[in-house]
Amino acid sequence: MGRTIAEKILANHSGQPARAGDIVLADLDFIMGQDGTSPLAIDVFRQMGGVKVAEPSKAALVIDHNAPSPSEGVSALHDMMRGFSREMGVQIYDVGEGVCHQLVPEQGYVVPGDLVIGADSHTCTYGALNAFATGVGSTDLAAALYSGKMWFRVPPTMRVLCHGALAKGVTAKDLVLFLVGQIGADGATYMALEFAGEAISQLSVDARLTIANMAVEMGAKAGLMEADEKTLAWVAGRSARQPQPVQADADAEYEKVLEFDVSDLPPYVAVPHRVDTVVPVSAVEGKRIQQAVIGTCTNGRLEDLQQAARILAGKRIAEGVRLIVAPASRQILLDAIADGTIGQLVAAGAALVTPGCGPCVGTHNGIPADGETVISTANRNFKGRMGNNKAKIYLGSAATVAASALSGMITDPRRVADE
Amino acid sequence: MNKERAKLHGRVHVFGDDINTDYIIAGKYKFKTNDMRELARHAFEDIDPEFIARVQPGDIVVAGNNFGCGSSREQAPLVLLHAGISAVVATSFARIFFRNAINTGLPVLQCPVEGLQNGDQLSVDLATGEIMAGDGRKWQANPLPPVMLQILQNGGLVPHIKKHGGFGFEGGAAD
Ligand code: SF4
Repeated sequence: MGRTIAEKILANHSGQPARAGDIVLADLDFIMGQDGTSPLAIDVFRQMGGVKVAEPSKAALVIDHNAPSPSEGVSALHDMMRGFSREMGVQIYDVGEGVCHQLVPEQGYVVPGDLVIGADSHTCTYGALNAFATGVGSTDLAAALYSGKMWFRVPPTMRVLCHGALAKGVTAKDLVLFLVGQIGADGATYMALEFAGEAISQLSVDARLTIANMAVEMGAKAGLMEADEKTLAWVAGRSARQPQPVQADADAEYEKVLEFDVSDLPPYVAVPHRVDTVVPVSAVEGKRIQQAVIGTCTNGRLEDLQQAARILAGKRIAEGVRLIVAPASRQILLDAIADGTIGQLVAAGAALVTPGCGPCVGTHNGIPADGETVISTANRNFKGRMGNNKAKIYLGSAATVAASALSGMITDPRRVADE
Repeated sequence: MNKERAKLHGRVHVFGDDINTDYIIAGKYKFKTNDMRELARHAFEDIDPEFIARVQPGDIVVAGNNFGCGSSREQAPLVLLHAGISAVVATSFARIFFRNAINTGLPVLQCPVEGLQNGDQLSVDLATGEIMAGDGRKWQANPLPPVMLQILQNGGLVPHIKKHGGFGFEGGAAD
């Protein structure tokens, strides 16, 4: 019987057969921690008796969730991370470098075939690069830094085939929201997802990252794609390491195979307070908003900012709306300055905040007021997610968020598209 | 697993489906401090403000599908442990929460246990997967795999690694 991508990558890293359901101890290619999870991991690392990180060059810490620090308490935790990084020789990305899930692929830490863990649930993002990447907690992070290894239960795989081509004005975010709606917030719990089909191949690597990012929103452990020429070219520009692309066997054993023709999909939004309550934007058009957010590890990349700028260039956002833009990394910010995107967004009324998580997790940078409605490009809209449980959060593409900021109410971006 | 440590008995607190980590401990608190006793005072604050006044050491959380979904915050199981919770029994768990619970020493069993109310009594045997309510109703969960029982028995991954100087097993069938 053939094997899935997840089974092959875990077998390659454990020396075990690694069939779904097995428990394996595997060698890690890369380990990441962010500022919400690393401080606790550092405590745990010391409690384990850790005095040195097994392989410092295979790890990085990122200060992105609360960057710059909003309080003394957070500053102390950041300081603790900086101290640990100096002591252990582990790279740290400090305030302003960007969101961990943008930095790790962008800085070339991940190549096809890798096994990666990160102490953040959206570590699954790197699955778009054909790496088995999964989110863990602080104790796993500590044990991984200590030993360079981690135990895994090999997941069964659900294959999701997307046929056809996305229509004009419909983005990867719309596609993944549609999939979350179909599969459900726990539809892939304990599983790996394999995304395949022409609709996926046609997407840019950046857009594929958006899809893999939301695998965890379906409960999945990883969201994997095969590596094609686009992937290899993207990675070659960033990493000197040799990729080891892994393909699923034609007779691989899947828990489930879903097939969709995605040619007729419209733009979608997730409505409060569940990520899997997904409707076409047209179904909620006209809903007033007070805040719009473009950024996060889901949609803070250059293409997203450009999508928004195409809608907003030369115009002005509606009165009574705040538009917050947080580029996903310093590099993206620089690129978006160079091509004029940032100028267009700011001229249209956007408030630009530090590259990083921005207001995504509700600790700073734009906490909504009671009763307010927010539309965001993020991946989660739980009650209280943005720091106020009396606010409502809709999730959509950068184009949908920009179009909504322009009119002051939720708007199908195809109404205001340039061409 | 040691027979005595595998048997738990307590009063239940009942929750529904999709209890995410933001509901267990809101993100606005978790970044403030590493002090779990302080954080534990805010457990379930947004969805069950009386929980913290009600909870007693040894109590058990019973929930529906997808318990612990959302972020990877390990503060979620730690906060439950510090609030005095001795185990969580849920129809299903989000996988990161499940791992984090084992790693921090919070026993978790997957089983649909229905028809209970806050304050009802429940007994749980982690080694056999047997679950019994105060009124005699019984359920059978899949017992945990041996690796996880070992980690739990050692009190979590920290004491487990300290004891073995590493993971102490070499993968494969792990028993
Ligand atoms: S941008 Fe949001 S979802 Fe992404 S890592 Fe940061 S807080 Fe998490």
